[in-house]
Amino acid sequence: MGSLFSAKNKEVFSTPISMNNPVTVQVLGICSALAVTSKLEPAIVMGLSVTIITAFSNVVISLIRKTIPNRIRIIVQLVVVAALVTIVSELLKAFAYDVSVQLSVYVGLIITNCILMGRLEAFAMANGPWESCLDGLGNGLGYAKILVIVAFIRELLGSGTLLGFNILNYDAIKDAGYVNNGLMLMPPMALIIVACLIWYQRAKHPELQDKE
Amino acid sequence: MKALRNYLDKIKPNFEEGGKYHAFRSVFEGFETFLFVPNTTSKTGTHIHDAIDSKRIMSFVVIALLPALLFGMYNVGYQHYHATGVEGSFIQMFGYGFLAVLPKIIVSYVVGLGIEFIVAQWKKEEIQEGFLVSGMLIPMIVPVDCPLWMLAVATAFSVIFAKEVFGGTGMNIFNPALITRAFLFFAYPTKMSGDTVWVSSDSIFGLGKTVDGLTAATPLGVAKVAECPAFSWDMVTGLIPGSIGETSVIAIAIGAVILLWSGVASWRTMLSVFVGGAVMGMVFNAFGPDTAIAHMPWYEHLCLGGFCFGAVFMATDPVTSSRTENGKFVYGFLIGAMAIIIRVLNPGYPEGMMLAILLMNIFAPLIDYVVVQNNISRRAKRAMSNK
Repeated sequence: MGSLFSAKNKEVFSTPISMNNPVTVQVLGICSALAVTSKLEPAIVMGLSVTIITAFSNVVISLIRKTIPNRIRIIVQLVVVAALVTIVSELLKAFAYDVSVQLSVYVGLIITNCILMGRLEAFAMANGPWESCLDGLGNGLGYAKILVIVAFIRELLGSGTLLGFNILNYDAIKDAGYVNNGLMLMPPMALIIVACLIWYQRAKHPELQDKE
Repeated sequence: MKALRNYLDKIKPNFEEGGKYHAFRSVFEGFETFLFVPNTTSKTGTHIHDAIDSKRIMSFVVIALLPALLFGMYNVGYQHYHATGVEGSFIQMFGYGFLAVLPKIIVSYVVGLGIEFIVAQWKKEEIQEGFLVSGMLIPMIVPVDCPLWMLAVATAFSVIFAKEVFGGTGMNIFNPALITRAFLFFAYPTKMSGDTVWVSSDSIFGLGKTVDGLTAATPLGVAKVAECPAFSWDMVTGLIPGSIGETSVIAIAIGAVILLWSGVASWRTMLSVFVGGAVMGMVFNAFGPDTAIAHMPWYEHLCLGGFCFGAVFMATDPVTSSRTENGKFVYGFLIGAMAIIIRVLNPGYPEGMMLAILLMNIFAPLIDYVVVQNNISRRAKRAMSNK
C-alpha cells in the first residue's frame, strides 16, 4: 500500500478533478448536472453530498470487497449506496430544509448516479480502503467542481444573483437596458455550458481529443 | 468592373503567402469571390460543375428579401406615426423605419461576419458565405424594439453554437437565423413578445415622437387572449404590427417569385407548407377547441404572423430542409401543420412558425432516409419481379 500520501495516491486523488474528470471527460452524471445547477447553493450542496457518499461507499465496499459474492455484487453495492443516500437525505431535511426542497428528488437519485456505481465497480472492488477513499473524494470533487462552475454562470447570468445575493439586479444596471437571460435558467443552457467546458478542456489538452 | 478587377489583382500579392497583409487573406478572398466568380476549379475528386456558386445563390436570396425588408421599414414608420397620432408623409415614415432598422442590420452583419472571419482565419479556411443571408434574415424576424445588444448576443450564440460547431456553412442542422430568434425568444421573452415591443416608441433624429407606454398587440396576440380579429386587407398588404419583415404577404410573394424563378428555392416545400397550414386550419375550424384562435379562418392563419415569411424564406433553406423531392412535400406539409397546431393548442406561444420549422429541421434527415430507403426497396422489388 505504501505511504499514505505517495505519488500514486496523490494521483488517484487529483486526476479525477482535472484530467479524468467524471463529468467533462467520462461524461457521467450529466442528468443531475442539468437539474440542480440553476442556482449555486443547491449545486454546492449536491456536489458535497455526492463527494461524501462516493467516498464512504467506496470505503465500505472496499472493506468488504473480498467477501461479496461476485454474482450479487451490484445488489450489495446498491444497498450500501442507498443506505448512505438515505442518511444524507435525512440530514439535509433536518439541517438544510430549504436546500433539500430545491434539490427535491435529486438527492434520492444520487443512488442512480453513474459516477458512484462506476467508481465502485472500477475502483473500490479492486483497491484498498484508503485508495478507494481518495478516489471517491477525487471523483466527487471533480463532479462538484463542474457543478459549481456551471451553477455560477447560470445563476449570475440567469438571475443576476450569486448564492441568493444580489449582484446584477440594480436599478442603474436595469436602466442601462440589461435584462437577465431567461434561457440560462433552462436545462438546455446547462448542457451548452458543460459542452463549452469540455470544448475548453479538450482544446487545452490535445491528448484528450479523439483520434480519427 | 474592369477597374475593380484590376485593383483587386494589384493588391492581391499583399495577401498571399509572405505578403504583408497575409493575416487578412480570408477577408480578401471572401470579398474577391463575392464580387467576381472565382476562376479556380476543384483539384481533387469528382465534382459537378455548375455555372452558379453558393455566393451567387446567396445574392439571389438577399435580392428576394429586399421587397419585404423595404416594406418592413415603411411599416415600422407607419406603425409608429399611426400609434403616436403624428401626421407623416410617406418619406418621413420610410425614413423613420429605415433609421430604426438599419442599426439592426449592421449589428447582425458585423457580429455574424466578424465571428465567421475569425473562425475562417483560425481554421485556415476560406470565409464561408452562408451568413450573407442569415445576417439579413435576423433583423427581419425580430420586433422593432429588440435592443441591439440582445441581437448581438443572440447572433453570436447562433453563429457559434448553431453553425460553427457543426462545421460551418452547409453543415448546420438548424437554420441559424431561427436559432437567433429562438434564443431571443426564450432568453428575453419580455422583449420578444407581448404588447409593448411591436411598435417603436422613440423619436429618431427628430423623426417621429417619443411616447411612453405605447402598446399595440399583433393580430395573433389579440386572437390568443381576446377574440379573433376580422379579416382585413391590411393583413395582406402588411400594415399591421409584427416582426419587421414578416407582415406583408405581397412583399413576401414578390420575393417568392424571385426565388422560384431563379430556382434557388423549391416550389415543393413552399407549396406544401401552405397546404399543410390550410388543411390544419380547416381541421381546427371544424373540430377545434372552443377558443378564438382555433376558429380563425384558415386563410387568415396563412396571412398572419410569420407564416408566409417562414414558408418562403426559412422552410426552403436548402441546407436544413429535406433534400429528396418527395421528402420536401412531407417536410413542408408537416411544418405548416405543426405551426398551426402550436398556434392553436399551446397557450404560451402566440406564434408557432419558428418552433415548427426548427422541429422539422431535426426530422429532415429522417424524412430523406425514409424516402431513399423506399426508393431502394421499390426498385429492388422491381428487379426481383423482372428476373
